[in-house]
Amino acid sequence: MNDMTPIKTSPKDWETDQEVRWCPGCGDYAILKAVQRTMPEIGGTPENTVFVSGIGCSSRFPYYMETYGFHTIHGRAPAVATGVKLANPDLDVWIITGDGDALSIGGNHTMHLLRRNLNCQVLLFNNEIYGLTKGQYSPTSREGTRSPSTPFGSVDHPARPCAFALGAGARFVARAYDVSKQLVDVLKAAHRHKGTAFVEIFQNCIVYNADVFAGFTEKANQNHQLWLEDGKPMLFDAGTKGLALDSDKLMLKVVDVVDGDWQAAGVLVHDITNRTVAHMLVEMPFGPFPMALGILYDDPQPTFEEAVIAQNEQIAAGKKLDLQSLISKGQTWTVD
Amino acid sequence: MALAATLDTSSSQSSSEAVVVRFAGDSGDGMQLTGGQFTLSSALSGNDFATFPDFPAEIRAPQGTLFGVSAFQINFGSSEIETAGDAPDVLVAMNPAALKTNVGDLKPGGLIIADSGEFTARNLAKAEYSENPLENDSLGKWQLVAFNISQLTMDAVKPFGLGNKEALRCKNMWTLGLALWMFDRDRQPIIEWLKDKFAKSSVLADANIAALNAGHAYGETAEIGQPGTVTLPQRHVNAAPAESGLYRTITGADAAAYGLVAGCQLAGVDMFFGGYPITPASSILHTLSRLKEYGVTTFQAEDEIAAIASAIGASYAGQLGITSSSGPGIALKTEAIGLAVMTELPLVIVNSQRGGPSTGLPTKTEQSDLYQAVYGRNGDTPLPVISACSPSDVFDCAIEAVRIATQFMTPVMLLTDGYIANAAEPWKVPDMSTYAPFPVTFLDHVPEGGFKPYGRDAKLARPWVKPGTPGLRHRIGGIEKQVDTGHINYAPDNHQAMTDLRKAKVDGIADHIPDQDVCLGGEGGKLVLVGWGSTYGPIHQAVRRARAKGLDVSHVHVRHIWPLPKNLGDLLKSFDKVIVPEMNTGQFKTVLRDQYLIDARPLNKVSGQPFRIAEIEAAIEEALA
Repeated sequence: MNDMTPIKTSPKDWETDQEVRWCPGCGDYAILKAVQRTMPEIGGTPENTVFVSGIGCSSRFPYYMETYGFHTIHGRAPAVATGVKLANPDLDVWIITGDGDALSIGGNHTMHLLRRNLNCQVLLFNNEIYGLTKGQYSPTSREGTRSPSTPFGSVDHPARPCAFALGAGARFVARAYDVSKQLVDVLKAAHRHKGTAFVEIFQNCIVYNADVFAGFTEKANQNHQLWLEDGKPMLFDAGTKGLALDSDKLMLKVVDVVDGDWQAAGVLVHDITNRTVAHMLVEMPFGPFPMALGILYDDPQPTFEEAVIAQNEQIAAGKKLDLQSLISKGQTWTVD
Repeated sequence: MALAATLDTSSSQSSSEAVVVRFAGDSGDGMQLTGGQFTLSSALSGNDFATFPDFPAEIRAPQGTLFGVSAFQINFGSSEIETAGDAPDVLVAMNPAALKTNVGDLKPGGLIIADSGEFTARNLAKAEYSENPLENDSLGKWQLVAFNISQLTMDAVKPFGLGNKEALRCKNMWTLGLALWMFDRDRQPIIEWLKDKFAKSSVLADANIAALNAGHAYGETAEIGQPGTVTLPQRHVNAAPAESGLYRTITGADAAAYGLVAGCQLAGVDMFFGGYPITPASSILHTLSRLKEYGVTTFQAEDEIAAIASAIGASYAGQLGITSSSGPGIALKTEAIGLAVMTELPLVIVNSQRGGPSTGLPTKTEQSDLYQAVYGRNGDTPLPVISACSPSDVFDCAIEAVRIATQFMTPVMLLTDGYIANAAEPWKVPDMSTYAPFPVTFLDHVPEGGFKPYGRDAKLARPWVKPGTPGLRHRIGGIEKQVDTGHINYAPDNHQAMTDLRKAKVDGIADHIPDQDVCLGGEGGKLVLVGWGSTYGPIHQAVRRARAKGLDVSHVHVRHIWPLPKNLGDLLKSFDKVIVPEMNTGQFKTVLRDQYLIDARPLNKVSGQPFRIAEIEAAIEEALA
């Protein structure tokens, strides 16, 4: 058991015989394919892989992966995954969740998972809507979202998943969208990162919130995508624009790049270990700014399960396992 | 007037010698510590005993207030002791508030020892006394011994140069010293304990020892023979006859921790304990977090839900997940318990019940979570429930909970309560070699006929498969499972079949638990008292006394609350009358009526205090009148 020798697999080996039950055209299909394509590339072994999910459309995911899988209860996947990983740290644990699951009912667990830095991947499918319950607005829905529960438009401010993650202490934050061709590379980077790797995946709910991300996913709008690469300048719109630092206001600004001379325009070079810039990137409002995608931040720290197991071993070292003497300790006396 | 105080204890125990002492003071006065050490002393003297710590929910309630009183009661004697005692024979009151809140419980003619130094105008006002009760005749029906313990303590510790505040903190040891003298106890073990406790400050150790010695000497010498003064009584309570062997004191919380460790050893699995701090259950987490060498991983989760969810995750991964809480926390865990039932994973949930509803009475005891344990989930969600009757009994009940969880692939709830969790009693340390192991089997290969994640053995338990096992990949979850395959399946026939299977599996546990016995009295007769949990002691004593008077009454104590023992219905039907004393408004009574269509009558108490023997005795006499 737990033979970690990588075996060669193909995406097909990661498909179950279960009929996939998402709506035709749902963005989840593309994500499922991307994950199934990722697994062979990272050298994963199906029996050492566990997908843990909460509740919602995205959380049906484990049934479609030919691995071990646990479809838990609403919001609690991070907590279940923590138990799985502490009990067997050799398992490769993937958490599949959605915007309502991870940031509304399960916000507390998401926060503490990130803070503790359990070694796992969190794929948050953000469609800015409650799909499985038929279209209520979600914690990531934009202000004014009309839904069955907000017929006159929602009035509360949306949560920003990556900002939440970074604020909670995440050491890896990445962003992609369902049909982006870079998704596999993002997932591979997430898997490479030791610790909680948080990936927000914009996912198009074609039934209840169709095209909500069209502003940067439509072919005509892809000039609003900024794909970040470590050590590369933060350029977008075919290299004609970039992000620079407004040092007076200590915030990012969009600058024009003339003739490809990004240095002259003061465009920043992406450093995935720069937490300060990462905070700025996740706070950037879309519209005045492009949508930052790719690996926003990646700077590993020791993981939770390593620390727990190391302490368990250190404290147990050299101690005799003797239940009889354990229960015979304390304030004792003998009756003859 | 000279008063020779005597301790009349003849009414408290039928033919035995037993004394009930209650130490009461401000929550900062160290009464729990005093009580704990007096308990140790009783143990070392060979007395049998039971204790009842009773303290406020506030950590340091405002000094001198009525709600800030902390008390510790011990009943010790030369024969079997099963309750912390009804009414105290001796009340030690360290301030006016302690006197006011406790003296009403004192037996008529009982002895009050009061620290007159604390009966200041300010403290009297805080306790809402308009005049000093030590100086009028309001305490006339009791014997009063009042002296300035505060001043005597200050005098005793003067050589050590402590500040006023620190010096006064030694008051509890002075009082303990006096109590040790009153009951002819050896001071040496307490002195050793003080040396150990204050190992880092020899001044504090010396001062406390001096206070202890001074209290002892005061009893020995003070004012004896002087006309017009009170004489303190001294008496020796003989050792209780006990089986030979090694004994220790144990609280229910520690017994739970040790029992769970023992259970996991007998099952041959590592333990994962997910917990979240809550009174009165936290002590289990504290104890287990120090037992890492026994394959125990403890995890203080972000909330009650994460505590159980992580335990379920660990069970899925091949350890035994355990979680513990009290009523409000159990309520939060409820959805996850349903998940464990649906996914048929082993899990132990310990509920140290406290007064409810809602936050209720965090530090007081109650048995009002029985409905929650047996019925409290959405869906048809059967859950085995076991209840412990005393601190030491928790050890065996915890082992039993682990056995059922792992053998039947099911969550199991173990009920204790605030009283059991905190109270201490002597425990004959069991010989672990006498416990039969019940090793778990993980399925690690594809069985003949193919692997079925929801296939079942003769006990209807499904296989336990660790993720990481080649060839046995499968998915589980809270959605209804298809029979055998475990695939998602909402079909009507399948849900009926799975609901029936889940019920049959848990019902079938009744074939693997002992038949119900009668713990006192005959099988069949005029009256039976049916109890569960920590009411065991008072019910047993009440039945014993009633039987001594010639009354036809029996005591049945039920440990397996769900499923119930197979013969329980017939057994109860062999009695004319059934009374169910419980610290709730009649929950077990309702279960028994429902299961057996019998006219079970309730006897209820929900004051946050355990039953008194006399209350139950009165109910017996009324029923048989």
